[in-house]
Amino acid sequence: MSDVKKFLYVNRKAPYGTIYALESLEVVLIGAAFEQDVALAFLDDGVFQLTKGQETTGVGMKNFSPTYKALGDYDVNKIYVEKESLEARGLTLDDLMPLKYEDEDDDWAEKDSIKLVSAAELAEIMDQSDVVLSF
Amino acid sequence: MKFSVMISEGPYTHEASDTAYNFTKAALEKGHECFRVFFYHDGVNNGTRLATPPQDDRNIVNRWSELAKEHNLDLVLCVAAAQRRGIADADEAKRNGKDADNIAEGFRISGLGQLIEAGIESDRLVTFGD
Repeated sequence: MSDVKKFLYVNRKAPYGTIYALESLEVVLIGAAFEQDVALAFLDDGVFQLTKGQETTGVGMKNFSPTYKALGDYDVNKIYVEKESLEARGLTLDDLMPLKYEDEDDDWAEKDSIKLVSAAELAEIMDQSDVVLSF
Repeated sequence: MKFSVMISEGPYTHEASDTAYNFTKAALEKGHECFRVFFYHDGVNNGTRLATPPQDDRNIVNRWSELAKEHNLDLVLCVAAAQRRGIADADEAKRNGKDADNIAEGFRISGLGQLIEAGIESDRLVTFGD
């Protein structure tokens, strides 16, 4: 396992309604230990995974949204959100949790992990990835 | 080509496991190499030997076991997903204080690292699910 591959985790479903979002996050956290080039994409209802103020007491499930904020500490800092999916759901970047990371190549300056991309740009990102895991 | 497969859905409810089986079988018959078949989410339900489908239907679990035997396939059930859904081998059953195990022949239980490794080691990782 010498060569570094580009892993892209594609998240397409809302959290809590199904287990895919939670179990995708578990793969990302385990995968971070393998020192590969990791990126996450959020599109379709997957954009809801990153929304602020998730409150799950009523549905009796664990609110796992704080875990996304820890991704920067795992060197997972390329988080692409599809613009069209966000807009179609009446959401803007302000509705999403601010996900940050410290850039070691820039004197540990705090930077945003989330990048808004168009569907066409995301297609390009998928095309350039070696391993695309869709959840 | 060296490929691996990830299956994200359980048997019968969803066609993912059938399609993955047909794909894997066809690829092996064409002389390709399968590094690993990884079962995740409800996909771990493909690995219980307690499944008893009607006799006039395909037996999805046994089919995987037979293919594994024939081609020395590595069928891996994700441990975290398996624990949630009540799929256990003898070690897991003992470790978690359960009174039985139910893993089918030819399957083994291991961690998510096996999925990442499959992605790294294979030319293609093909996923089957929604």
